[in-house]
Amino acid sequence: MKNSYFGDVGGCFVPELLMPPLLEVEAAMENILPAPEFQAELEDLLHNFAGRPTPLTYCPTLSGVLGFHLWLKREDLLHTGAHKINNTLGQALLAKKMGKTALVAETGAGQHGVATAAVAARLGMDCTIYMGSEDIARQAPNVMRMKLLGATVHAVENGTRTLKDAINETLRAWISSQESTHYCFGTAAGPHPFPTLVRKFQSVIGREARSQLVKKTGKLPDAIVACVGGGSNAIGLFHPFLEDMTVRIIGVEAAGVGEPGCFNSAPLNLGDLGVLHGNYTMVLQNNDGQIEPSYSISAGLDYPGVGPEHVWLCKSGRVRYGMVKDSNALAAFHCLCKTEGILPALESSHALAYVLDHPQEFVPGSTVVVNLSGRGDKDIGIVAGREMNP
Amino acid sequence: MNILEQKIRLAMEKRRPALIPFLTAGFPDGGRFWSSLVELDESGADIIEIGVPFSDPVADGPVVEEASRRALANGVTLRGLMKELSERKGLIGAGLVLMGYVNPFLRYGFEKLADDAAAAGVNGFIISDMPFEESAFLRGILKKRDIALIPLVGPNTNEERMWLYVAENEGYVYVVSVMGTTGKRGVLASQVAATLRRARSIFSLPLALGFGLYDPSQLKMLPDDAQPDAVVFGSALLTHLDSGGSAAEFLQRWR
Repeated sequence: MKNSYFGDVGGCFVPELLMPPLLEVEAAMENILPAPEFQAELEDLLHNFAGRPTPLTYCPTLSGVLGFHLWLKREDLLHTGAHKINNTLGQALLAKKMGKTALVAETGAGQHGVATAAVAARLGMDCTIYMGSEDIARQAPNVMRMKLLGATVHAVENGTRTLKDAINETLRAWISSQESTHYCFGTAAGPHPFPTLVRKFQSVIGREARSQLVKKTGKLPDAIVACVGGGSNAIGLFHPFLEDMTVRIIGVEAAGVGEPGCFNSAPLNLGDLGVLHGNYTMVLQNNDGQIEPSYSISAGLDYPGVGPEHVWLCKSGRVRYGMVKDSNALAAFHCLCKTEGILPALESSHALAYVLDHPQEFVPGSTVVVNLSGRGDKDIGIVAGREMNP
Repeated sequence: MNILEQKIRLAMEKRRPALIPFLTAGFPDGGRFWSSLVELDESGADIIEIGVPFSDPVADGPVVEEASRRALANGVTLRGLMKELSERKGLIGAGLVLMGYVNPFLRYGFEKLADDAAAAGVNGFIISDMPFEESAFLRGILKKRDIALIPLVGPNTNEERMWLYVAENEGYVYVVSVMGTTGKRGVLASQVAATLRRARSIFSLPLALGFGLYDPSQLKMLPDDAQPDAVVFGSALLTHLDSGGSAAEFLQRWR
């Protein structure tokens, strides 16, 4: 195994039985992925199946109010409703080239599950999705979508019955199915090589945003902002800008209800170093090293760990990581609906809320890009439920 | 020679596989855990693996995961276990191994873990999510105290990867019988014999077969040149104890 660390975080903490398939994925990442034929095929799928490039939308009303120029990278307009499909297309195509006939994946809110199911159907692969029974109850429409797309959905009844446990169950399933099956990991976390592999497929977000903005304004942005759960949409936006030192980079974690001591989904701010799901990273844990349940109104951010590259970017100071509470994310959600006619996912609403709530951090007249990682249609039930029973 | 290897070789001299029961710390409850541990020791266990519970046990099947969950709900911690083990040091004649996942050990602190383990009479560790690539640091720390870090190999561990584990290891080699998690299975998978033969050709340490074992008759399916030197049983023992059975009864079948 090559260098699996980002500084001193990351690594590959998995049972020996998972080392051979991970080494196989690593080899494919190095040998198959860079080949021009692979890249051309992926680009065709991203363009004609997923809907890339996504627009970079200027927000005239909000920009007027804020005093700086706000742009949104519209990953919400992609097929299946979020940035997730950039990664599932890449991994599924890679798996197919590796000779795998099936995909297995975890899902929290269901977005990654739907994106995996859609791609599996398109590429003629079998698809099995593990989802916590708690999430299945919260996200019934996405369960239906996965099934319509031909996936088998397994309810996970262990532990907290959410994303964390769905990942555990998928890792277990992969141990026995590894010969025919690729684990299409959903975020830039997990054991090496997934943090790097997922980042490679999501970096299209940042590359596109960069060239679109330069084309429209003639210069780089002054700041870029994205929400961070596991961190795949954020690393995808951030990575192509890391060496542009004039660009401020801000990641936004979910603070949950925001009361001190309450459950949250902000391990970079409120957790500490530990090993979860195969990597050494920041996690929410107690003094005995047991993983604590996470909480956020946004199911896609509701995870007690975070991708190791974010930990490294946080330690190095290159990226600053803030926090936004449920209530502020909800306010930003409504604000974008009413002012710009866009219904954002609650995940992306956290990134937007950070900008709306801290206008003083952005220089008047400057240019700020927020990654609108997904659309909010999946969240209308949650918003309605919340506001009818506050 | 590490004491764990000695224990297994002693059983081998008596022409029987060494017996290695696995028991989750604090299961089924605080009192019965300790009484079962003593009973296992008195009933012929050569080595006892004590499971250190973790919230996210990815290598375990439903029985061990449930035992972990209940142990955590009962307030079982590694700190508490270490303290109680050191208070009972010398009480258990069998070799003692702690089996668990990286994070609780990491949180405890590897140096302190090694010191306290030595003081508590622990002879080895099995860490399910620590493959060779991540093991150098802890291995070095344990080696200074003559504590073994037991490697796990399985049906998909090729010779090249087995060689990685050879040079540095002590105690025994844990051979995983299935491509799967812990838990009772009817018949041993057909590749078990091939895995045991491959391991035998590479390791000079004794081989302990585990995952899915519950009855001695399972070993009869294996050819003579692919018999393990020791057998590990976890889930089947936990289920037996949980339904009111005694540790002595369970071990009786294997003696």
